[in-house]
Amino acid sequence: MSKTVPVLIASLVGCLMIVAYFSPPLLPARQIAEDWFTIVATIAMLLGGANLCLHHVKKISDQEAGWGFSAVTLLSFFITIAVGILKVGVVPESEQQVKFAWSGPFQQEGSGFWWIYQYLFSPIVSTMFALLAFYVASAAFRAFRAKNVEAILLLVTALIVLVGQTRDREITSMFLPPPAEGVPTFIPIAFVTNFIRETFVTAGQRAIMIGIALGVVATSLRILLGLDRSYLGGDE
Amino acid sequence: MTSRLLDKLNMLDRRWIFLAMAMAVLAPILLQIGSDETPSPPTIKLFDEIERLPEGSRILMAMDFDPTSAAELYPMALAFTRHCGVRRHKLFFVTIWPTGKPMIESTIKGVIQADFGSGDRPYVYGVDYVNLGYLAGDAVAISQMSSDIRKARPQDARGTNLDQLPIMTGVTSVKDMALIVNASAGFPGGKEWVQYAATPQNIPIAVGCTGVQSTQLFPYYPDQLLGLVTGIRGAIEYETMLAAKYPNPYADRSKRPAFLRGGAQRWAHRLMIGLIVLGNGIHLANRYRRTLHP
Repeated sequence: MSKTVPVLIASLVGCLMIVAYFSPPLLPARQIAEDWFTIVATIAMLLGGANLCLHHVKKISDQEAGWGFSAVTLLSFFITIAVGILKVGVVPESEQQVKFAWSGPFQQEGSGFWWIYQYLFSPIVSTMFALLAFYVASAAFRAFRAKNVEAILLLVTALIVLVGQTRDREITSMFLPPPAEGVPTFIPIAFVTNFIRETFVTAGQRAIMIGIALGVVATSLRILLGLDRSYLGGDE
Repeated sequence: MTSRLLDKLNMLDRRWIFLAMAMAVLAPILLQIGSDETPSPPTIKLFDEIERLPEGSRILMAMDFDPTSAAELYPMALAFTRHCGVRRHKLFFVTIWPTGKPMIESTIKGVIQADFGSGDRPYVYGVDYVNLGYLAGDAVAISQMSSDIRKARPQDARGTNLDQLPIMTGVTSVKDMALIVNASAGFPGGKEWVQYAATPQNIPIAVGCTGVQSTQLFPYYPDQLLGLVTGIRGAIEYETMLAAKYPNPYADRSKRPAFLRGGAQRWAHRLMIGLIVLGNGIHLANRYRRTLHP
């Protein structure tokens, strides 16, 4: 029973979404299902938050390696939630809002949450992403080497695409005769780059996308028919 | 002598590579060295579509990115918004990324309020543009918007009821938009807008995406995507067209953030190419040495 009801709900809602896609009169029912999705997703987010807390509290209480990071995570988590929920520094900005300090949006410019986003979150995530440039450069020097035929193919393709994506690609047209007036300059490496992208990359990507779509259809059908119950947890 | 140099290169500390990369990026930024680009067809198509639309057309600006990818997408978002502003289109800003709302606010502040907030016909909030804020639910939020915007979001980001905003008159769903312009950093983003709004409702859509995402989106171009602007290169291309068509004030360097970032990217790419060539030169030299002294 504990699993039959969730399976029934999943099957019914799944079928409704498919049928409503092709049948406009069922649109209101689809909208209700979508509202419920948002509600369930919000509850799942709360559960995720609770799970995060339990996981890190356990690490701290067991004094596991790196428990200090868990303490920082929890501290940041609670401070951010408190500042957001209490709307620290928020002022009303719309005529429709009651004139209390906390009646404006929590992400309002100048508020505590905005400050955390602007001066903590934004620089941290930007820095994390910017570090990629350094590691990619190091990896390009140390690991990207022509060790066998496959590696040579990858290396040559990567070099062509890399040069083809930069303005330096125009160097490759220097040795060609100048084009007639009004005719765009032929850039050999840009032509090869486009050929690689339009032929090999797009074809490969389409094959992957079609494969994924077929997999999604098969998995969805198994869920709708109640054959796959792994999403409910346990060993089924 | 050559052998000693090879040994040194084999033992090269990677911190030298980090330093070289830092210099390659820093120097163009400090010296304000930019990089121009020749516009490519996927970028030209979006530019032409925004030009073609009659004044006052409704454009949904979906800003699905956060500070992680703002280096690539924020200049693009600025360029799109500037172009729409020059053409006096009505703009509907929205994001399905929980961390995307400040990106919208920053774009509004940097373009709408700075460039179009004064003068004879200033852009007025609620009349010429609206910030619908963050919509929770990923792809479902897009689906909700394509059937009923008020169901998905009854108020704007400031808490004002949508029915009280003149810009929302006659707007029931995404179907009422003339164009969707999406700045996408991943999931949910361009692909979901195509799958859940643009293709089912037959609405023209153009996407500006990060460089790494372009391979996932190119299969949708040109049938399902009207235009595709990729990475900093795409943003430079767009700025170049904007500067050519509206030189005052968009030829000015201060209005071309992508152009300035392009210089740093160009030198970083040159360094990468140099490092790949050097690394393989060392590899071949090592192999040659091993054949001489097995």
